[in-house]
Amino acid sequence: MSGDALVVEGLTKVFNKNLVAVDHVSFTVKEGEIFGFLGPNGAGKTTTINMLITILKPNEGNASVCGFDILKHSSEVRNCIGVVPQEYTADEDLTGLENILLCADLYGIPRGVSKKRAEELLELIELTKFKDKQVATYSGGMRRRLELACGLINRPHVFFLDEPTLGLDVQTRTATWNYIKLLKKEYGMTIFMTTHYLEEADMLCDRVAIIDHGKIVTIGNPAELKERLGGDIMTLSIKDSNVDISSVIEKVPRVKEVKKQEGTYRIKVEDGEETAPSILEAVRTEGHKVTRLSLTKPTLDEVYLEYTGRFMREEEEAKENIFAQRITMRKARGGQR
Amino acid sequence: MTEHNDNSQNPMHGLWALTNRELKKWYKNPFLFFMTIIQPIIWIGLFGRAMNISGILTNTPVPIPPNLSNQILEKTFGTSDYFSFMSVGMLSFVVLFTTMFSGMSIVWDRRLGFLNKVLSTPVARGSIAMSKVLSAVIRSLVQSAIVLGFAFLIGLTFGPDFTPLNLLGVFAALFLISLGLSSIFILIAIRSTRWETQMAVMNLLNLPLLFASNTLFPINLMPDWLQAVAKINPITYANDATRQLILYPIDTAKLLFDFAYLGAFAAVFTAVGIFLSWRYLSK
Repeated sequence: MSGDALVVEGLTKVFNKNLVAVDHVSFTVKEGEIFGFLGPNGAGKTTTINMLITILKPNEGNASVCGFDILKHSSEVRNCIGVVPQEYTADEDLTGLENILLCADLYGIPRGVSKKRAEELLELIELTKFKDKQVATYSGGMRRRLELACGLINRPHVFFLDEPTLGLDVQTRTATWNYIKLLKKEYGMTIFMTTHYLEEADMLCDRVAIIDHGKIVTIGNPAELKERLGGDIMTLSIKDSNVDISSVIEKVPRVKEVKKQEGTYRIKVEDGEETAPSILEAVRTEGHKVTRLSLTKPTLDEVYLEYTGRFMREEEEAKENIFAQRITMRKARGGQR
Repeated sequence: MTEHNDNSQNPMHGLWALTNRELKKWYKNPFLFFMTIIQPIIWIGLFGRAMNISGILTNTPVPIPPNLSNQILEKTFGTSDYFSFMSVGMLSFVVLFTTMFSGMSIVWDRRLGFLNKVLSTPVARGSIAMSKVLSAVIRSLVQSAIVLGFAFLIGLTFGPDFTPLNLLGVFAALFLISLGLSSIFILIAIRSTRWETQMAVMNLLNLPLLFASNTLFPINLMPDWLQAVAKINPITYANDATRQLILYPIDTAKLLFDFAYLGAFAAVFTAVGIFLSWRYLSK
């Protein structure tokens, strides 16, 4: 292996001859990296994952996972990956432990080994107490953790997470992120994940690809992407709204752009925290009184807006997916069937 | 870090794990388990006792000598006891109704995402379909064993050639018919994403398969066209084999033909099932 866990070249999937779900997507994921695919529903994230985990054949292009070709060596690929699908796939009628052991059996792991691993994983995700309870009684967060454990039972090199926190409430989502980080620390695998939550990508990923209409529009680490927007955004109002002090502010070092919008100045600055005092001083020297001031760090929201020209949106989806998602949501919200 | 080299590659491993999953869903759910046990018992109690064919012949306006009525029954059903005729037919009836639902679970697995999860593991594609088949086979054999036991308790009379060893033959025949039937129903489900479609297909097939066979009535009294259908229907051969082994004097040539037919039926559809699941389970 050349240090690249995933090499994807021109991967393309066309459904029903004219619906291009994934359009010549290329990227590489380095060993040990957490790589995120960020985009709205229907952008082609799950289709990409399905091709990489060898359950969907691409129409064009190819990829290698842990150095194995997904088309020619699919069974080697399947052996070295772990998958956590969007849906809750654990069997509700079985217990947590039984579910993990079932996953182990699918990889042909001998019982002696799988039992030890299962106990260890259950400990990590803090489900040991509930391991003999039916999954039907689990909460959304517990189910998600169980899915993580199932996906890790074969000690994968590359771990695929499809929308790992779909339908979870904010608190459970944050907790799930912590479990993902913990598991990553413990097992040190490469993670490829998809999400349509910007904070999630920001929080977890080393690098992010923004995907829209089946195409990658940009790739970079979250901080870098935000930086590319041209720094922080400062808004400022002064008492006398009739004068225009744009030229004064523009002279301050590290100020990149000033726009006056209805009495407020929208200022793009580098290193906002350090530049802000200088701006204040310059404005005061001119004899103006600052009435309002705010400084915001750009979020991935703005990055997304910049590259796709719109906010995150939902798109129509196949009925089948909607059904599965509805069930996922329902399970996420509580133990009831 | 990773040590997945110790994952042995035994293809049976995954097959049994998936089969066991299906079985656990059945025997670990007390209500479901009870229902599947009680259902054949109710059927046999109702069908077997409600259709009192012997009663027609003893309760006639002009009395028929009992000798004659027995001869009529004997000639029609091969035994003078319709209840016995019918309760042995119930064995394949139970198999048909249990295997029919085996396709449903594959539709659910697809819809709930479990199928995708399994497909992303190295489990053999054939094992995925075969696990459904196997679990249906095991469940239907357990159910038919209960039917047979219950039928015996409420009056099934064994034929002259019956020995307990014949039971092995009975279950071999039922094994073959359930293997073939559940493969067919899995095949129908393999590409399906809608359980409604699956239900419609089941409803279309179940009663015709049942009536166009010798399960409830002997085929030689049927119109020619129906006889032709019944003679293709594998259920006819399963019934003939089990009736010979339990009720009738055994005609070895006919029995061997029954088994050959059932064997071919099971082999062909199982093979087609494994082949098509390799091809069609992934998209």
